[in-house]
Amino acid sequence: MKNKVLILTAILSSVASVAGAQKLSDNVIRVGVLTDLSGVYSELAGQGSVKAAQMAADDFMRANRSYAGKVQVIGVDHQNKADVASNKTAEMIDRQNVDVIMDLPTSSAALASVEVARQKKVVAMVVTGGTTALTNQSCNRYTFHYAYDNYMLANGTGTAVTKRGGNSWYIIYPNYAFGQDLNRQMTAAVQEAGGKLAAPSDATPFPNTDFSTYLLKAQSLKPKVFGTMQAGADLVNVVKQYNEFGLRQQGIGLGIGLLFETDVAALGQNAFAGALATVPWFWNLDDRSRTWAAKFEKTFGKKPTWAQAGVYSATYQYLSAVARAKTDNSDAVVKALENYRFSDFFARSAYVRPQDHRVILDVYTVQVKSSAESKEPGDLFKIVARIPASRAFLPLSESKCEMK
Amino acid sequence: MNTQLMFIQVFNGLVNGAFFALLSLGLAVIFGLLRIVNFAHGALYMLGAFVAFALGQALGLGFWPALILAPLLVGALGVALERGLLRRLYGLDPSYNLLLTFGLTLLVQDVIKQVMLSRYAVSSAPYTIPQELVGATNLGFVFFPTYRLFVIVFALVVCLATWFVIERTRVGAVIRAATENPTVTQAFGIDVSRWVTIVFGLGVALAALAGVLAAPIYSVEPYMGSELIIVTFAVVVIGGMGSILGSVVTGFAVGVLVALGSALYPPIANTLVFVLMALVLLLRPNGLFGLPEAK
Repeated sequence: MKNKVLILTAILSSVASVAGAQKLSDNVIRVGVLTDLSGVYSELAGQGSVKAAQMAADDFMRANRSYAGKVQVIGVDHQNKADVASNKTAEMIDRQNVDVIMDLPTSSAALASVEVARQKKVVAMVVTGGTTALTNQSCNRYTFHYAYDNYMLANGTGTAVTKRGGNSWYIIYPNYAFGQDLNRQMTAAVQEAGGKLAAPSDATPFPNTDFSTYLLKAQSLKPKVFGTMQAGADLVNVVKQYNEFGLRQQGIGLGIGLLFETDVAALGQNAFAGALATVPWFWNLDDRSRTWAAKFEKTFGKKPTWAQAGVYSATYQYLSAVARAKTDNSDAVVKALENYRFSDFFARSAYVRPQDHRVILDVYTVQVKSSAESKEPGDLFKIVARIPASRAFLPLSESKCEMK
Repeated sequence: MNTQLMFIQVFNGLVNGAFFALLSLGLAVIFGLLRIVNFAHGALYMLGAFVAFALGQALGLGFWPALILAPLLVGALGVALERGLLRRLYGLDPSYNLLLTFGLTLLVQDVIKQVMLSRYAVSSAPYTIPQELVGATNLGFVFFPTYRLFVIVFALVVCLATWFVIERTRVGAVIRAATENPTVTQAFGIDVSRWVTIVFGLGVALAALAGVLAAPIYSVEPYMGSELIIVTFAVVVIGGMGSILGSVVTGFAVGVLVALGSALYPPIANTLVFVLMALVLLLRPNGLFGLPEAK
């Protein structure tokens, strides 16, 4: 009798363990959010990104009971520096046993971090970094690019603005990897759509506070669109001075390469009103987005930026891939992610392209509303065009990615 | 580039020059009279802009009252710094005051950043141009923002007034005497240490004044001074450490030089200042307006 009970227990417990079989390294999935916790991007990503990843982890564990208590989120500051990013990545993987690196604002820091992750065979999901190199010439097996990239920004905004009549451009860009890349992509998109450049683009120092020289040059060139590829604090200065020099009144529109909600908040939306930009998401896109954003705001105290929403989505999709693979082994997770199709509150009609690991999704070219048009606080964007996932990103035929 | 655009750029350069001049003037006054290399100058400039912004948020005060109040408040902080901290370092190796003021910069920047993030929810704050100066003025060859013209004129007046007070008045004579030979001046019954404090406060107030002037043009953010201060130090070196006239003239000249440079070939604009500095150091180690150090 006693033996029978023992055998029965043994059988039952083995069945139970097979049902929930998860081969997790050290029985925990650790999500390392490597982000800017102290510098210029700390507001648009930063603590909000860590919070978003934590929300995704909690939601995942609630939805998948067998993973309860098994996901940990760690937030680490890379100070937007490539060397710090690569050191921290190595440290997180070697000492803290992190299974995935998340977020990675600042292109140079992102490139440095994913290289270390690749060597150590750890998955990295870049959300806030923009360079197309991540899925193009520098693509690799363990790196996925989520949310947006420079091609998508240029393709969305350059095309939409040009087709709406903004067919002559004068572009300025910050003179570093991100700006140079975005200028190339934007110029190509404008020309593709039948527009032309009123003068060759000008590289501006980075960082820079005074843009009056270029604004005066724009006054004399009289293009239809003044295109600025600056981001963050530099963008805020450009737009402030664009208004000061009265370019809008002179009929020169504003085309913005990369725009975050926090930039608009920093200057007041009227300074940006009418400008076009392309974003992967915004909080009042629809009911699903609003529901999630309200939940985020309740715990974090601020509305989410699209970067932070992207971190939630990327974290959740990574964890789902672990659940499908039933292990946190990188190669198995990569396999589970590749070719995967999904739609969540953030990423619509999304598909993980196996050839270059670009996560493609619907994106939106938006126009900044004036405060008179806003219906509630933080109501910043109205959709000008929805760009379907299949057309939003670099076509595979143009990709230089050789996945190894 | 056509002559009209050149002309516009000269004008444009004068605006940046106005900020360089006001800042380097403050540095020159403090260095020339107290031999303190004030690395915190950029942070105090930012503090001027931030105090103007905060006065508006908290008390609803506009640009004009802020233009007077912010320099007074930040100047008072300067007085406290001199009395509380810098004073203890006189007579010690100059690297001590350098480290102290550099540390102060980091401290002030971080405190302001935390305040802005927690109170105002934005890392850079909007500050608008006063209603009277909105719009553009026709200069005949270009429509130039009225506020920028105001900055040029206002900065010139302040610079000239400062120069006049220090070089041409009795008060200035006392200050110069007090710093040139404290012992003898003290013997005449003049409270030297009080004058040292006043001069430091004045220099700091000039930085804060530049900050208030800058707030409507550039966004108010915690690191707005750190970039500017590097160029300003170059200006001070080019003009001659401690030379008041040198710092003003060089300030405006460098502004124009950078503007012309960025119009002709943008990537070189910021480097131009340091090339000039290197040349000046090679040919005239004491700067364009500097006098050889008295032995």
